[in-house]
Amino acid sequence: MRHRLLFTAKKLLRMGLLLLGVSIVTFLLMSASPLDPLQTNVGQAALGTMSQEQVERLEAYWGMDTPPLERYAGWLTDLLCGDMGTSLLYRQPVTSVIWQRLSSSLLLLLSAWVISGVLGLLLGVAAGVWRGRWPDKLIRGWCLLLSSSPAFWLAILLLLVFSVWLGWLPAGLSVPIGMESSLVTAGDRLRHAILPAVTLSITGVSNIALHTREKMVDVLESDYILFARARGESMGSIVWRHGLRGISLPAITLQFGSVSEIIGGSVLVEQVFSYPGLGQAAVTAGLGSDLPLLMGITLITSAIVFGGNLAADLLYGAVDPKIRRRAAK
Amino acid sequence: MTERHWNRRAGTLLFLVLAILVLAGITAAGIFLEEEAAVTDFSRTNLAPGAEFWFGTDWMGRDMFARTIAGLSLSIRIGLLTAAVSAAAALVLGTMAATLGRRADSAISWCIDLVMGIPHILLVMLISIACGRGFAGVVAGVSLSHWPSLARVIRGEVLQLKNAPYILVEEKLGVSKLQVACRHMLPHLFPQFLTGLILLFPHAILHEASVTFLGFGLSSEQPAIGVILSESMQYLTTGRWWLALFPGLSLVLVVVLFALLGERARYLLDPASAHE
Amino acid sequence: MEKERQNKKPILEVHHVSIWFTRYDQGIRRSSLPVIRDLSLTVEPGEVVAVVGASGSGKSLLAHGILGILPYNSHMEGEILYGGEPLTKERAEKLRGNGLALIPQGVTYLDPLMKVGAQLTRGRKDEKTKERCRQVLEKYGLGPETADLYPFELSGGMARRVLIASAVMDEPRLIIADEPTPGLDARAAGRILGHFRELAETGAGMLFITHDLELALTIADRVVVFYAGETIEEARAEDFQDEGRLRHPFTRALFRAMPSHGFAPIRGSQPYPGTVSSGCPFAGQCEAGRKECGEADRIPVQRVRGGLVRCLYPEKEETV
Repeated sequence: MRHRLLFTAKKLLRMGLLLLGVSIVTFLLMSASPLDPLQTNVGQAALGTMSQEQVERLEAYWGMDTPPLERYAGWLTDLLCGDMGTSLLYRQPVTSVIWQRLSSSLLLLLSAWVISGVLGLLLGVAAGVWRGRWPDKLIRGWCLLLSSSPAFWLAILLLLVFSVWLGWLPAGLSVPIGMESSLVTAGDRLRHAILPAVTLSITGVSNIALHTREKMVDVLESDYILFARARGESMGSIVWRHGLRGISLPAITLQFGSVSEIIGGSVLVEQVFSYPGLGQAAVTAGLGSDLPLLMGITLITSAIVFGGNLAADLLYGAVDPKIRRRAAK
Repeated sequence: MTERHWNRRAGTLLFLVLAILVLAGITAAGIFLEEEAAVTDFSRTNLAPGAEFWFGTDWMGRDMFARTIAGLSLSIRIGLLTAAVSAAAALVLGTMAATLGRRADSAISWCIDLVMGIPHILLVMLISIACGRGFAGVVAGVSLSHWPSLARVIRGEVLQLKNAPYILVEEKLGVSKLQVACRHMLPHLFPQFLTGLILLFPHAILHEASVTFLGFGLSSEQPAIGVILSESMQYLTTGRWWLALFPGLSLVLVVVLFALLGERARYLLDPASAHE
Repeated sequence: MEKERQNKKPILEVHHVSIWFTRYDQGIRRSSLPVIRDLSLTVEPGEVVAVVGASGSGKSLLAHGILGILPYNSHMEGEILYGGEPLTKERAEKLRGNGLALIPQGVTYLDPLMKVGAQLTRGRKDEKTKERCRQVLEKYGLGPETADLYPFELSGGMARRVLIASAVMDEPRLIIADEPTPGLDARAAGRILGHFRELAETGAGMLFITHDLELALTIADRVVVFYAGETIEEARAEDFQDEGRLRHPFTRALFRAMPSHGFAPIRGSQPYPGTVSSGCPFAGQCEAGRKECGEADRIPVQRVRGGLVRCLYPEKEETV
């Protein structure tokens, strides 16, 4: 048990250091940018009409007059106090922007994560069991096609079919346009989240399915499956009892490793569907050089990715009998 | 036996040659069509796909087929460039991690974890911003974000080779390190590297298109697929489906071709397949 | 005793069985590789029949063929009878585990992520099965706590005993042991073989597949010698007491290669299965080989001195 605790502590420390690294990298990249936030946000023409004093005030607002090192140090000390600064575009604390956006993205992310995981696992197992025959070929071809399609194009395609042609589902946003927020029902939110969630789920499937298939093929070719057959176990029982057990460990790694991909996909999908989530906020912040917001979003998404890795490591320990038995001693 | 085997390999080889020819043809045709893609003609705006304009025309009367081919050509060229840079970085960093001792190894592994921890698209966005967006931004962004997985593979491969008995024996016999590296390590590493490189293309192309779509990549004057699709968004609700369908589909086909190319190349370069 | 055995009906009869591997190249061309050719043998109740052949001579495929678990890219011809009735694929499926059992080579044949007990009971959770599981483990000197262990927690010898226990769970009438002792020291191997002998004493037929002739002779009643995918001799174990009683030149060479009989190496190497298309596969290495040996289309099996031999000019009986 002590061993496991030590292991977790080590992982947490490493995760902290990695997050520090992420914040430094993000900051360096943003401050290296030749793009002038005033020109992008205020505009050349507007700047020309302003007095020197006004321009200086704006420069101070966008943090352009502070040296980068000082600016980062200030940001980091604030962060340690739980303050991520104020978003320059939204004029709200970064924490509250992220909180709002994340809570609306979470519905998409979670459902896509679960659906793509389950679907990918099922398809991968099926392809592995019927290796070389038509279900396998079909699934592999489908996965190749999906993994070769840009997520935003799939989103556009689904939007064309289901919103424009069939008119079944709304084309964008997370709530109906022009409706008072108090009148928006959970059903409305759900209806607006269907298409983005479906797109995200579809894009996540192929990676998981292909890897699961490979592992399943390995397992089914193993000596212990041969022996299970020799003992008279039926194919169904073999897949159920030994196959799924054999792919459980790699499946954990795959499932939690897909977190990063899903978040990345959500940036594109939310943009297409104008879904007001974290991904869309990241694009807005990036285009508008909103440094504090972009730093906050990068940090939070990375923390989620690293958290996923950590969860996979810990779950591994709970599932793998070798680690479990050693921990029990 | 040998004859049959040759046939199978020959089939794969034929596919490789054909795929490369198709891709090279698209690339060349795209460069050729670049000017035509920019021609606006307001007498032929918003035409649906037909015999004259296969992919239709847009609101400025530009030929969508020419734009698509020019865009694909640009995508392929950027894909080649970024995949090559990424693979080279992966080769150097992977080899360094495996040969320069534990400190270098843990430092590079840490970097790999760091890069993999930031969602890909976000990282490409950030690097592109740092380079002022545009062509330089998207090339730097895609190049600098795609090396970690291949670097990991190469690191593992070199580590395994370094401790292989026959390499250890050579070193004991006093064969120089350079000679060992050239004679024994490179031939093993090369196939891995090459397939890794080819399999990077699809990712590179898709990420270039995605980042351009979001507005962090190529500028809107360039006939990039990302630009085309991003512009098409405004016209979808008015029923101009062809603006999005064909350019996207063409991109998917090109990426599929690259993915198959990588898969087949892996089969050809895998020594085990020679004994099948 | 000889007479008594003759009265019993054999449990397993293998008549002229051949096994091919089929490969598809690019979906159109198909090529077949014969791995086992024209193999015949019988196993009677209470008898241990050893199949002895070099590694890579296709012995394991024989076991898989009888059990009906050959890989999908292979096919089998010939006739296999179990208890006098044809052993079809469907029948083999029903018999696997209860009438027909396999003892495989080692611990890799156990699911690394499943407890031993669950593998023995095959998922059945009733009290009777659990009790039977405890019984067979105990029979092989394994305590009831073994059922709660994972394969990686077993020692080599324990794993081997678990594999035997798993084979006898349902008291099969035929047990096929495929190289069950490699990696074990002589004493442990001896103990395992002792268990096999016990199983035969209870009336089960035992097919013991091994590359080790010396080991086979310690428990076998009859020995079938396998060479490049063909059976070249079937002899009683007693025949191996004296080289002069053996019939095939290869068997004699094998005899002389045993440590206790001079350790004489066999000249040349065995051809891979499927590479010999006509004549005697041993012709190239045979000291008594003649021209016809390599040219004859098929070497017939003949009965010589109560055993079977596949040779045009079997060795004469002599006292060495």
